[in-house]
Amino acid sequence: MSESSRAHPEYNYKVVRQFAVMTVIWGIVGMTVGVLIASQLIWPEMNFNTPWLTYSRLRPLHTNAVIFAFGGCALFATSYYVVQRTSQARLFSDKLAAFTFWGWQAVIVAAAITLPLGMTSSKEYAELEWPIDILITLVWVAYAINFFGTMIIRKVSHIYVANWFFGAFILTVAVLHIANSMVIPVSFTKSYSLYAGAVDAMVQWWYGHNAVGFFLTAGFLGMMYYFVPKQAGRPVYSYRLSVIHFWALISLYIWAGPHHLHYTALPDWTQSLGMVMSVILFVPSWGGMINGIMTLSGAWHKLRTDPILRFLIVSLSFYGMSTFEGPMMAIKTVNALSHYTDWTVGHVHSGALGWVAMVSIGSIYHLIPILFGQPKMYSVRLINVHFWLATIGVVLYIVAMWISGVMQGLMWRAVNTDGTLTYSFIESIEASKPFYFVRFLGGLFVVIGMLIMAYNCYRTIRAPKDSLQAEAQPA
Amino acid sequence: MDPVTVNIIWTVAIFVIFIAIVVWAFSKRAKKGFDEAANLVFDDEKQIKPEANLKKRESSNNE
Repeated sequence: MSESSRAHPEYNYKVVRQFAVMTVIWGIVGMTVGVLIASQLIWPEMNFNTPWLTYSRLRPLHTNAVIFAFGGCALFATSYYVVQRTSQARLFSDKLAAFTFWGWQAVIVAAAITLPLGMTSSKEYAELEWPIDILITLVWVAYAINFFGTMIIRKVSHIYVANWFFGAFILTVAVLHIANSMVIPVSFTKSYSLYAGAVDAMVQWWYGHNAVGFFLTAGFLGMMYYFVPKQAGRPVYSYRLSVIHFWALISLYIWAGPHHLHYTALPDWTQSLGMVMSVILFVPSWGGMINGIMTLSGAWHKLRTDPILRFLIVSLSFYGMSTFEGPMMAIKTVNALSHYTDWTVGHVHSGALGWVAMVSIGSIYHLIPILFGQPKMYSVRLINVHFWLATIGVVLYIVAMWISGVMQGLMWRAVNTDGTLTYSFIESIEASKPFYFVRFLGGLFVVIGMLIMAYNCYRTIRAPKDSLQAEAQPA
Repeated sequence: MDPVTVNIIWTVAIFVIFIAIVVWAFSKRAKKGFDEAANLVFDDEKQIKPEANLKKRESSNNE
C-alpha cells in the first residue's frame, strides 16, 4: 500500500448502525436486570413473589443479555465496521448482514422470553434450549461467511491484526457453541446433554472459559487494536508484538477451562494442567495490554481532553488487572479460598464491566458520530460524566465483592478445635449483606452512566446537520 | 499410534510452530509488511490528518 489515497468505497454502514444502537439498548436492559437481581440479594421481596422474576431465572437472563446481547451487538457492529475499513471493501453480502442482525435480535428476544419461563439447559452461559441454539448456529454461520468473505475480497494485501482477532473469535465461538450444545431433545423446550458426568462438566467449562477467552477477550481485543490506534491518531505501539500476542493468546486460552473445576470429580492431572496453562496465560494477556496502552506513548496528554480515549485506556487497565487476578485465582491453593465465593463474581465483573463494557462504550462513542454523519458526539462533557460514573461504579462493585468473597472463604473454612465448623452458612450471608448493598450501588452507577450514554447518542443521531461543531475534538 | 503419542507429537509441533512464528515476527523481512499493516487503520481516510504523518516516527518504536 504505497499509494496514499484510494477512492472511498461505499461501506455498508447500515448494519453497523443497527448493531451500534442495539448495543446501547441491550446494555441498559442487561445491566438493569443485573441491578434488579443484586437488589434481590439485599431485599428478597424484590422478586414480587412472581416465579418469572425470581433470582434463579433472571440471573441467566442477566448474563445472557450482557454477554450476548450487549457484548454480541458491540462485536457485530465493530467487526463489520473494522473489517470493511481495514480491507477497504464493502461487506461481502448485505443480505447476510441483515440476516445476522435480525436473527441475532430474534435470539435475544427468544432468550428474554424462555429464560424467565424457566426453560433452561442449565449450562452456564449456554442456558438456551436447542431450537434457539440452532438459530444461533445459523446466524453465526452467516456471520462467518460475511466476515471472512469480506476479508477475501479485500483491496489491500495485508489482513490487519484486529481482523485476525475477530476471525479467531468467530471461528472458535462456532466450534465451542456446536460442541457444547450437543443434546438429545425430549420435547420442543427440553433437552439433555449428550455428555455425562465429569465429561459433561469438562465440556461445559471448556466452552465456558473459552466464551471468556474468545467471545469476551479475542473479539474485544480486535476492537482494541482498531479503536485505540484510531482514537489516539497513531499506529499500534508494536505490530510485531501484536502478532505474537495473537498466536500466544489463541494457542493458550483453549487449555484453561479446568480451573473452573478445581477439587471436583475431574481427574487431578486435568486440574493441574488447567492451572498451569491459566498461569502462563498471564504473559500474552499483559503483552496485549502493554501494546494497547503504549500506543499512547508520546500522546498521553490526549487523555486529559478526550474521554473516549480515557474509556479505551482505562478498559485496558481493568483488562490488565483481571488478567493478573484470573491466573492467580486459577492456582489451586488460592482457588480453595476463592471458589464459590463473591470473589469470583467480583473478578468476572472487573473483566466484564471494566474491560468488555468500557472498551465497547469507548468504541461506540467513537462510532456513533461517524455512522450518523456528525462531526462529534452531542456532548463531550456527558461522555466524561459517563466515564466517571462507570469507573466509580466498577470500583465500588469489585472492591465490595473482593472483601465479601475473601470473608466468605475464610468463614467457610474456619474450624473449631474440635473440628466442627465455626460458622453456619447463614452467618456468612449475613456478614455479606452490607457488601451486597455497595455492589447494588456500584451497579446503579453503571446503569445511570448507560442511560446518559443513550441520551447523548440520541441527541447526536437526531442533531440537525452542522449543528455540532468539530472544534478541538481530537480525531 | 496410541492417542498419547499423537498428543505428544501434536503438542511438540504446536510449540515448534509457535517458536517459528516468534522468529518470523522478529525477522527483518517481516518489518516492512508490519509497518504497512499497522497503518491500515488510517489508510482509507481521504485526506491524511497531519498527526497521522507522525506514524513514520512512531514505527521506530517497533524495534
